[in-house]
Amino acid sequence: MNYQAIWFVLWSVLWAVYFTADGFDFGAGMLQRFVSRSEEDRRAVINTMGPVWDGNEVWLLTAGGATLAAFPIVYASMFSFLYSALLLLLFALIFRGVSFEFRGQRESRSWRNGWDWALQVGSFLPALLFGVAFGNIFEGLNFDAAGWHGSLLGLLNPYGLLTGVLFVLLFLEHGALWLRVKTSGGVAERSAAIAGGVWYALLAMAVIFLVYTNFATHLYDNYRNQPLWAIVPLIAVVALLGVKFFARAGRYFASFISSCLTIMTVVFTGVIGLFPNMIPSSIDTASNLTIYNSSSSDYTLRIMTVVAVVFVPIVIAYQLWVYFIFRKEMGGDEVYGQEDALKTKTKVA
Amino acid sequence: MDVMMLSRLQFAITSMFHFIFVPLTLGLSILVAYMETRYVRTGNKMYLRMTKFWGKLFLINFALGIVTGITLEFQFGMNWSEYSKYVGDIFGAPLAIEATAAFFLESTFIGLWIFGWNRISPKLHAISIWIVAFATNLSGLWILLANGWMQHPVGYVLRNGRAEMVDFMALVTNPYGLLKFGHQILAGYAVAAFFVMGIAAWHLLRQSNTEFFKASFKIAAVFGLVASIGLAVVGDFHASGVAEAQPAKFAAMESVWDTQKGADYNLLLVPNPSGETNSVQALAIPKFLSFLATKSFDGEVKGLKDIPANERPPVWPVFIGFRLMVVLGMVFALLAVIATVKAWRGRLPDSRKFLWIMVYALPLPYIANQLGWLVAEVGRQPWIVYGVLKTADAGSPAVSLSQVWTSLVAFTLVYGLLGAIDIYLLFKVARKGPDDDLTHIVKSATLQGA
Repeated sequence: MNYQAIWFVLWSVLWAVYFTADGFDFGAGMLQRFVSRSEEDRRAVINTMGPVWDGNEVWLLTAGGATLAAFPIVYASMFSFLYSALLLLLFALIFRGVSFEFRGQRESRSWRNGWDWALQVGSFLPALLFGVAFGNIFEGLNFDAAGWHGSLLGLLNPYGLLTGVLFVLLFLEHGALWLRVKTSGGVAERSAAIAGGVWYALLAMAVIFLVYTNFATHLYDNYRNQPLWAIVPLIAVVALLGVKFFARAGRYFASFISSCLTIMTVVFTGVIGLFPNMIPSSIDTASNLTIYNSSSSDYTLRIMTVVAVVFVPIVIAYQLWVYFIFRKEMGGDEVYGQEDALKTKTKVA
Repeated sequence: MDVMMLSRLQFAITSMFHFIFVPLTLGLSILVAYMETRYVRTGNKMYLRMTKFWGKLFLINFALGIVTGITLEFQFGMNWSEYSKYVGDIFGAPLAIEATAAFFLESTFIGLWIFGWNRISPKLHAISIWIVAFATNLSGLWILLANGWMQHPVGYVLRNGRAEMVDFMALVTNPYGLLKFGHQILAGYAVAAFFVMGIAAWHLLRQSNTEFFKASFKIAAVFGLVASIGLAVVGDFHASGVAEAQPAKFAAMESVWDTQKGADYNLLLVPNPSGETNSVQALAIPKFLSFLATKSFDGEVKGLKDIPANERPPVWPVFIGFRLMVVLGMVFALLAVIATVKAWRGRLPDSRKFLWIMVYALPLPYIANQLGWLVAEVGRQPWIVYGVLKTADAGSPAVSLSQVWTSLVAFTLVYGLLGAIDIYLLFKVARKGPDDDLTHIVKSATLQGA
């Protein structure tokens, strides 16, 4: 395997991990107001994300930084073509990020309500926009050798929007399961109910997406040529069924893990279809940005491979360790000195 | 204004805004880690209260530093796509390494620190804030190596129509980047020291929590003293480095028009860029400019006239920015010496005038940090990568005027709003002072709680 291919794999892994990790933050953020009946509920939802959301978001920065380092032409094109969409994404992520830190700083109800709105919109928009962006990349962007010919409205085409909705539903399901696992009482019950209902919408959307993809994109060409790769979308489907299967059995942690697997394999399903393209052109296939015509030099890719192979496992190890430390459910007053109060809370099985 | 000018303005606004928050993070993380270590070692509850109080300010400040950092990374692709294409092969590496090796550590362990008070041992809790402090500074190293490469490109060849990396070690050991790193972290420490001293001074004037703030002041004074002396030394080497690597920037910093050996340093100087001369030039220290630039009294200092007019940076902002920064640096050293002596002798509460000075000195290191970057970035113009790529050739052809206008206005409004909220919260918490009731403090220290 050449370094370009290695980096294509690493690039996909970074995005897959990012969506798996920050995906439940987006879902929980979107759901915070719906699963809560009191201020304590709302805090409980935020506290499940508090210790980890920041570390999760760094996967996005790493995916971005790695794209610049390994595929600078892809980075330059993707970010400047999708300028307005990324601007919206940035503001959404900024408001979401500060909402975690600012909301608790004042007792005022309207203040906290305002930041809860920021959290909700700041979680919904990135989920939608990432989906729209990837949907458009799957279809091919409107550019050729002369440059970019598209527009923000052009990105909101049916397939792009469909992928956006698919992402929103994936993350809603993911976040609802996360909240079911990480909270107790009413929040957990309501989250379980939402996870149960959203799953059907997600399944329907996944079917539509898989069918529509055949007509809107060339993603299936690779699968027709190399049918073995179909194992990946197959795992995605099985994992999605697993989400329901485990939830029915009351095994919500297994259901959440199944949801992680679903998100990862959905990302892999898309990028396997893209290969060796990274950003196809919808109007001139000769202008497609591929891993071969958009990558950095072999020397740079070699250095970056060493960096990735050394550091990514270390990062995953200490992040998992932090998840392990916060493995217990989080309460609304999950703070120093409240441990005993928490222990007496009844866990809803 | 065209897309290029607006993109430059937008990068200036977003990076300067980001840089209101970063320097404090660099220094205050270390001070908070030190306070918590003292608590763990001695069991003295005052140090726990210190960790909580200064830690809370640290976190309010930290929040905006984090979220505004993403904007900068994204802009390289959004507004500077030709730049990314041309130098991504080498410039992308330090950015990607920063995220992988440093930013992950910082972001993961800050979460553990905020929420981990009752889940991990006190010792491990103190270690996690040390990891945050280490990672924040390591993050700075990689970012400044990236910027150092833009200032003084090394380890690359021009091939395949772009700059390709051929020597990673040259990038990592680039003296320009390393000096910048040393200069910057010390500047961050100065911000943190004066931040803590300023707030402590205000409370000492009101005689609230005197023991608490005397102790806080003392820690910050020593830290500030080390930082400001270090700043002067590293800053001097950095200036020589600039003279060697970027003679045009150095000439603008000192408003030197004619190349000369044994150049004098003029304490009083008024540049006249249109006349390619200085209108006022007085109070000369003989040969001192040559010494500053080359570490030899007879060394040669290049003048702007020997640099093509289209490769000169604008003189006024660079000149003023540099002079003002240097003066401020001297003020910091002076104040830090007095502060340390007074704190050591326990004379602080009686020195009301000095305490007032320290309150008003709080914003000065912030200003010096911004001025330093103004000199570094404006002084590099018209180049985006010195001698390799001009700023004018680095923009995004795909981006339209209306898009950049929209984003520029939106960034200004949103950042203005968030900046105002953040500063309001910092004031609120700083004025209120530490909580006395420990159970309440620990409860409210978790930002999401209480």
